[in-house]
Amino acid sequence: MSTIEVDKLTRKFKDLVAVDHISFKVEKGGLFGLLGPNGAGKSTTIRMLCTLLRPTSGEAKVAGFEIVKEAGKVREHIGLVAEKIILYDRLTARENLKFFGRLNHIPEKTISERTKKLFKLVKMEKWANSLAGTFSTGMKQRINLTRALLNMPEILFLDEPTLGLDPQTTRAIRDFIKELNKGGITIILTTHIMQEADILCDIIGIIDQGKIVALDTPQNLKSAISQQGKTAFDLNISNPSAQIVSQIEQLETVSLVSQKNDYNLKIYVNSEEAIYEVMSVIKKNKITIKNITTLAPNLEDVFLHFTGHEMRDKADEKVPLDHHRHGGFKARSRVR
Amino acid sequence: MIQAFKNTLQIAGKDLLDFFRNRMELVAFIIMPIFMMVMTGYIFPSGTSLKNIALGVVENDKGEISQNIVTVLENMKLGDKNDSIFLLERQPGNLEGAKEELKRGNLNAILIIPEGFSSNMERGQQGILTLIIDQSNPQISSILTGIIERIIDGLASKVAIEKLVGMMATELPTDKPAPRGSTIAPSLQSQPNPQALIKPFIIKTEGLVPGEQNYFQFMAPGIIAMVVVMAVMIGLAASISREKELGTLDGILVAPIPRLCIILGKALSQTTRGLLQGSIVLLLSIFLFGVKIYGSIPLVVLLLFLGVFSFIGLGILISALAAEQETAMMIMMTLTFPMIFLSGVFFPIEQMPGFMQIISRILPLTYAIEALRKVIILGAGISSLGKELIILITFGTITLAIAVPTFKRIITR
Repeated sequence: MSTIEVDKLTRKFKDLVAVDHISFKVEKGGLFGLLGPNGAGKSTTIRMLCTLLRPTSGEAKVAGFEIVKEAGKVREHIGLVAEKIILYDRLTARENLKFFGRLNHIPEKTISERTKKLFKLVKMEKWANSLAGTFSTGMKQRINLTRALLNMPEILFLDEPTLGLDPQTTRAIRDFIKELNKGGITIILTTHIMQEADILCDIIGIIDQGKIVALDTPQNLKSAISQQGKTAFDLNISNPSAQIVSQIEQLETVSLVSQKNDYNLKIYVNSEEAIYEVMSVIKKNKITIKNITTLAPNLEDVFLHFTGHEMRDKADEKVPLDHHRHGGFKARSRVR
Repeated sequence: MIQAFKNTLQIAGKDLLDFFRNRMELVAFIIMPIFMMVMTGYIFPSGTSLKNIALGVVENDKGEISQNIVTVLENMKLGDKNDSIFLLERQPGNLEGAKEELKRGNLNAILIIPEGFSSNMERGQQGILTLIIDQSNPQISSILTGIIERIIDGLASKVAIEKLVGMMATELPTDKPAPRGSTIAPSLQSQPNPQALIKPFIIKTEGLVPGEQNYFQFMAPGIIAMVVVMAVMIGLAASISREKELGTLDGILVAPIPRLCIILGKALSQTTRGLLQGSIVLLLSIFLFGVKIYGSIPLVVLLLFLGVFSFIGLGILISALAAEQETAMMIMMTLTFPMIFLSGVFFPIEQMPGFMQIISRILPLTYAIEALRKVIILGAGISSLGKELIILITFGTITLAIAVPTFKRIITR
């Protein structure tokens, strides 16, 4: 049974089409991920499904209710962790939850019971009476999660839940999300982190420039591209100059080269012959190969395959070719 | 319904808790009105020329001299232009009615010509005119007093000269007892008053309410109204746009509560803050600056409340339209700054040029301040405030009727 049905949902901001006729369904108890770069339309989609933004056209049902006509009903069944943390700095963690609990018409006694339980789950019970403003981002995000869970939502929307968190907290939050999903909560998650989508989601919708370009399980998405013979390999060489990178790029069998750091090149190829041609370029330039690995396709490759470009901000796309090296750098820090 | 009311209170309560935990803001909150009072209390603007001053004349005497005085006042012209300085409103025998008009602001001052004014003078006594001024408008009143005193003095010396000339004409050449029936001679023969000879009549000035004129007394109602209205307008815009910017507004918007509760809750917390700040000014005025409240305090509170009510709609509208706090503050400042000067907080509206007066008359703050002055300074009751109350309520209702649906629509674009 689908608990979320999205049908040709569209949102325009003046001339910009932020979300362009997207359609998807999420099964009850599922963990659905919207994967895409910044500005792809992930947050706009989430905001529409949470009744915070009105669609320009199209329809969607959340928990069986129309998002426009039955917005009030939808709100009773959802929890939201938005991009920005929804907590008041000058209220303590407990006061924050009390305030939002009351707005959700939860009885006082239930609020304090659930608060206690939830704080324990995220290991924040020690900090219940401290002002939220004194917390680190990671602590805030943990309280923020408990806030979204306070009304025991059927569906939990998580917009970039691990953004800006350290690896340790990121792992903890991911584990917690998994736990919640096992407990029966349907989760809709957006992320620009491939790995996150890969390990968390049952179904991934790859979204780019407002359109869903691929929609399947992570496994299916990955095997789809390896069958098409799209492969990549990692090349570690001593000193890849811009000249060499562009020489390799110009080879017909090579579809894309991305430079990840001073000695590593990731080369996407569309033919088995490519490797020999790359070798000959390297040999010609008298460069030592330190290491070479063939890569199994990951979601990054999937993204590249479906969108024809690497995952990065739209702003980055317009930089001149000369900027490619740095572009590769950026892609690394963001894509991983 | 009860749930909606509760939600409103919850949002208001949260905002106030948030506010009271912000120490810096609290300090500024208390210091600002003190600053305002001290600063403005010592700046007494100097007078300029006036025209069309509504002067009530209570004529209890129909004698020749009193008619003469009234005609002279009526025909006073301003410079080479043809503007009358005074607009006379004759109210024979109706002092109480005239005082009521003065409280309502329809008159600027009242001149009383006492019964037997002319005949007293004929009997050689000094006539006394009384000028009642409106203390809620000290600038106008002081200028007015000056002008009228000069006019009356001039008239009095003219009468005195005529008398003396008449006296000399009858006494010097003939050296005979003055003939009976002359209007001047008997006054000389019966107990003459030398004062009455030089100054046949004088004018004395009274306030509408007893007591010394105090500029703070004039300033306090204006500042209280201004502080309250500004605190609410700016506070409301800042609080909604700040939550919008921080993203916490989403948390409230995603809760299953009516949108109306959000606005009402915000408006309630800001009104509470505004009234608190207004009370600080009021207490300061009373204990530090010796301001007396002649009217009723509940009426003062009601007027402040209505002042806030008349502006809430505008505040909501601006905060809904402005995307971030900074924009909202800028719009608010742009609106409130001229409003403060145009609404007569510091300078009487009567001193402004015509088109500015028209703008002043559009601003609800003007009416809130006028009403407050009447209550605090003149001790006016609710019955004298009809016009102001109607304007404040109407303005508030219209702006709210526009603002609430706009807010609902814009907040989920």
